[in-house]
Amino acid sequence: MPELVATEQTILVVGGGISGMTAALEAAECGKQVILVESSATLGGRTALLYRYFPKLCHPTCGLEINLRRIKASRNIRVYTLAEVTRIDGRSGDYTVSLKLTPRYVNASCTACGDCAKAVAATIPNPWNYGLDRITAAYLPHAMAYPQRFVIDPSIIGTPEADKAKAACRYGAVDLEMKEETLTLKAAAVIWATGWKPYDAAKIQPYGYGRFKNVITSVEFERLADPHGPTGGRIVRPSDGKEAKDVAFIQCAGSRDENHLRHCSRICCMASLKQTRFMREAFGEAAQSTIYYIDIRAIDRFEDFYKQVQADPHVRFIKSKVARIEEDRASADPVLHGVDTEGYLRYANRHDLAVLAIGMEPSVRGSAIPATLGEDSSGFLVPALDGAAIFGAGCATNALDVNRAVQSSTAAALRAIQVVNRSARAET
Amino acid sequence: MGAPNELNLAALAKYSNDFLREVEANVEEGEWVKMCMQCGVCAGSCPFGPDWEHSPQKIFMMIRAGKRQEVLTSDSMWMCTSCYNCVVRCPRKLPITQIMHGLATYAHRLGLAPKMQPTYQWSLQFWDNCTRTGRVNELKLTLGLYFKEGFVAGVKKAWALRGIGFGLLRAKRLNPFELIRGHECKDKAGIHRMLKKAQEIEARRLKIPQFKTEG
Repeated sequence: MPELVATEQTILVVGGGISGMTAALEAAECGKQVILVESSATLGGRTALLYRYFPKLCHPTCGLEINLRRIKASRNIRVYTLAEVTRIDGRSGDYTVSLKLTPRYVNASCTACGDCAKAVAATIPNPWNYGLDRITAAYLPHAMAYPQRFVIDPSIIGTPEADKAKAACRYGAVDLEMKEETLTLKAAAVIWATGWKPYDAAKIQPYGYGRFKNVITSVEFERLADPHGPTGGRIVRPSDGKEAKDVAFIQCAGSRDENHLRHCSRICCMASLKQTRFMREAFGEAAQSTIYYIDIRAIDRFEDFYKQVQADPHVRFIKSKVARIEEDRASADPVLHGVDTEGYLRYANRHDLAVLAIGMEPSVRGSAIPATLGEDSSGFLVPALDGAAIFGAGCATNALDVNRAVQSSTAAALRAIQVVNRSARAET
Repeated sequence: MGAPNELNLAALAKYSNDFLREVEANVEEGEWVKMCMQCGVCAGSCPFGPDWEHSPQKIFMMIRAGKRQEVLTSDSMWMCTSCYNCVVRCPRKLPITQIMHGLATYAHRLGLAPKMQPTYQWSLQFWDNCTRTGRVNELKLTLGLYFKEGFVAGVKKAWALRGIGFGLLRAKRLNPFELIRGHECKDKAGIHRMLKKAQEIEARRLKIPQFKTEG
């Protein structure tokens, strides 16, 4: 097997979350050469940051780990982390792509022993826990990180802290002289799978996110429930660390709202239904979940899951879009105000914690992609009409759950494979 | 028992959306009513919410359910203070405040507005007061409101607020001679012509024979 070089028959996959990984694997396992580019320090994307995902409540250590193993086993995939695409030129079958590689300051000699992290005292907000806790500035993103290689945060470069990390490493893996690089590649087709990000909850002013400590987002709640998360899996209130046994889940936080996100984010109803299970798991009979909703959109075959949660006496459903949240000064309890539209009853409900089922928006808007592609009114990528071989996959194209993201990515991989096959035939 | 045909017609009438069409045709911004998705955020955001019979979201549902009489005689539209909280928060961007005022105007035009509703009374008096001379005569307007419920009630009210009244007098913010004639705008006839013209245009737009001005 010769050393892998990018050729006109290579497929470039942008984004190393569940969608990008799937697209890369599907293409690679069909014998195509694939380059997988990820902007953060690890593959896995947002799926790796879930405690469990619906409907079967799988841990990502199962579903995602299988894909990581497949990537490790494949000779056809080359992975670049901390890499961003800055430019795409050319046409179907013949693209030239520029990559910007950000230094990791740790080379391939790293054994992930963790000695550098012990030596460094400086900390940064932990991006893998949505900033809920802090990690040392020399870190491994998370237990499932791929590659299993530490990162030195650029904030300590040039300080004595970085020198401490270098001194602590027995393998000579810390390289503080690393510089930003640019790389130019050839590719036949590009799969764009840059995924999603949670909508900025602070923009939903009446809910007080950022002002009230006990108003958090659903992605943060997910981290609280995770044993690898900031609290070791204990569902507690950020204000006082007390167990949050009475939790309000607020649906359509940002979604289906002309003032915020126009689209239905699709996953949030199922995410909240799932999170009521975390509550039961954590607190048993003492758990109380209340879901405030406009209508529950448990799409497709997830209706069963909805029915099961409905049958749980520890879960209450209130048909209402919460109008505003107020904080009780003394207890820091969030108090939810609104009108229950089944009977038009006004309420002021106090809970331990309010979880905003936050909407999805594309990480990179369609119009911001370094190629001529369109976007819909929510910024999701729309297919190119000019015959370009740049294909959207996963949440870059729409609000999707893991299952649908995988379907979408497999479809994108098939399209890219066809382009490669066509250009291969043309050459021989 | 009527003939089957009549039964069908009765069922149809129950589920017809004639009233929604009527609102769309006659009420300012009425075409937005069908866009409401019944989330309830307007009802929850309204500072006067607990004091009304029907929240905006309920009114919109009642319109769609064809409850013509209940909607047009409701006091709710008259309780709106135009704070625009609901408009700002509505996820469908419905101009709720404008619709409420549109409904109020329509109810008044049809003579269905609740006669004794204080805001309704106030609105009529204010309109009458400011269109008569082209200027608002504050003294006549307040006294008109004081004596709305009879002479004794009016005297009592005036007596209770005498401190404020004398204060205003001393500060030269209240001129007792306003009661006799009151100041007028320069071109009173011009204002009246303008209003008449506006009413004609409005009547033409709404295809109604004559705009009803009295309550």
